[in-house]
Amino acid sequence: MEQLLSVLKELHPEVDFETAEGLVTGGILTSLDIIALIAEINAAFDVEVSAEEIVPENFDSAKTIWAMVERLMDED
Amino acid sequence: MRNNVLEYLEDTVVRVPEKLAFSNGTEGMTFQEVYDQARAIGSGLRALGADHESVVVFMEKHPRTVTAFFGVVYAGCFYVPVDAEMPRFRVELILKQLGARFILCDEKTRALAEELRGEATLLSYTETAASPVDQAALAAVREAALDTDPIYIVFTSGSTGVPKGVAACHRSVLDYIEQLCDVLGFGPDTVFGNQTPLYFDACLKELYPTLKFGATTYLIPKSLFMFPVKLVEYLNTHRINTICWVVSALTMISGFKVLEKHVPEYLHTVAFGSEMFPIRQLKLWREALPQARFVNLYGPTEATGMSCWFEVDREFADDEVLPVGRPFRNTGVLLLDEHDRPAAPGEMGEICLKGTCLTLGYYGDFERTAQAFVQNPLNDKYPELIYRTGDLGRYNERGELVFLTRKDNQIKHMGHRIELGEVEVVACMDSAVRAACCLYDGEKKRLILCYEGEIEPAALSASLRGKLPPYMMPNATHRLEALPRTPNGKMDRRALLEQVRAGK
Repeated sequence: MEQLLSVLKELHPEVDFETAEGLVTGGILTSLDIIALIAEINAAFDVEVSAEEIVPENFDSAKTIWAMVERLMDED
Repeated sequence: MRNNVLEYLEDTVVRVPEKLAFSNGTEGMTFQEVYDQARAIGSGLRALGADHESVVVFMEKHPRTVTAFFGVVYAGCFYVPVDAEMPRFRVELILKQLGARFILCDEKTRALAEELRGEATLLSYTETAASPVDQAALAAVREAALDTDPIYIVFTSGSTGVPKGVAACHRSVLDYIEQLCDVLGFGPDTVFGNQTPLYFDACLKELYPTLKFGATTYLIPKSLFMFPVKLVEYLNTHRINTICWVVSALTMISGFKVLEKHVPEYLHTVAFGSEMFPIRQLKLWREALPQARFVNLYGPTEATGMSCWFEVDREFADDEVLPVGRPFRNTGVLLLDEHDRPAAPGEMGEICLKGTCLTLGYYGDFERTAQAFVQNPLNDKYPELIYRTGDLGRYNERGELVFLTRKDNQIKHMGHRIELGEVEVVACMDSAVRAACCLYDGEKKRLILCYEGEIEPAALSASLRGKLPPYMMPNATHRLEALPRTPNGKMDRRALLEQVRAGK
């Protein structure tokens, strides 16, 4: 989770991702951020975020993103 | 001969009044509704005395916004789209530059518009669209209309920190729409999926052909461009068959391998532009849609919309670059070398454009207009303007025009045209910033801001967020002890980029 938070922090230093909700629905993350974020996640956690995973529910908070990452790591 | 873009709408509304013209997927308007409300808005504006002046349309992206544009044109005025998502600082800059007397707004933008309006009168869309139609007043406007009258002003990034308003007239838009429709083969059955914001010229590609043919445009919600599978589902639900998108929106879909399982099955025409299309991604698209046409478009806002086109007609190697091809009919291209002579075959030159496609120039800025719109240096016999794009290109051995690079620090990022200088000027507005240099890492597609100063990167980034539109926000902000300079004191961009790539 720490590692994920630092990746997010790099994208948006001004956001407190530990508490922020509505990253997608609230318009904090842009499509470019999502692309960058997925590339970082794939590299950092050795997973592959598939297109089917790229849905708003998975990206709306650091918590939901982390839940997805954990799930993908377990599947490996 | 047509001399007003509204004639498209007037011909079509008689033919297919009940057909869906514009929709966002949940709310839509028929041609009859667009026609009636646009005429009501035109009448309402005339009643207030609006005449040959800019009218700001400050609304969220919606079929009503498009209708408001046409309403402004009915009043014999020109619309200036300002988006609900633009930061307030930029909206203020634009309003100040225009000195507009009227602002059309909706529920979502009302509060901010109220704050920023200054002397301008605020008009609600709903109320204005319910004005009684004054047939005599609208007829009088049309009677006096010229095809050289402006239709709109769109703002593009300016290197001095102040956005430039490009004003286009009926004649250049009519010319553009006719040539574009010919090239891309639009017709009554075209169903457009619009991606680009309404505050750029890019949306002309969908809006006016929709009026011309009685076609349909879906304004795709922006949030879908983050979620590729949902985006393809949207295209299929609405049977969208034609898209003119920025490259990054297309590669978002192909890059995540969406096309392996989810194919936009109705798509037959895919136009794109504003950036290089990586050939590997293009291949994925062509494999998924073997029957579809793929057309690369090129052109600056200053020449109304797109000026050149290339239909992908052969295989390209991964390291090749798609040509921008050849100009639309009725558009001229000159390739001038540094001595303003035609570039030798195969040699690089500045791409210059001439013809009816040229816009009127930068609104309220004769000086900058005169720098970019100049007398054709190859013609000393009569006045003939060319627009100097600042883009460098050359002809390949097939005689196709190929874009190579820029003369200056203007870049394309996610399809948006950005002057790096504008980001720097805005960063330096913070009193704790001593110097700033903005870079573009084209490989990683990241906008990087480096600066000297007393402020933390996070704080600077937060302050920029209130001043720059989202697409101009740096993806990374680095504080440096000292920015690298060349011997004569200029910012050394190349050294800085190397430094940043090496992790400082």
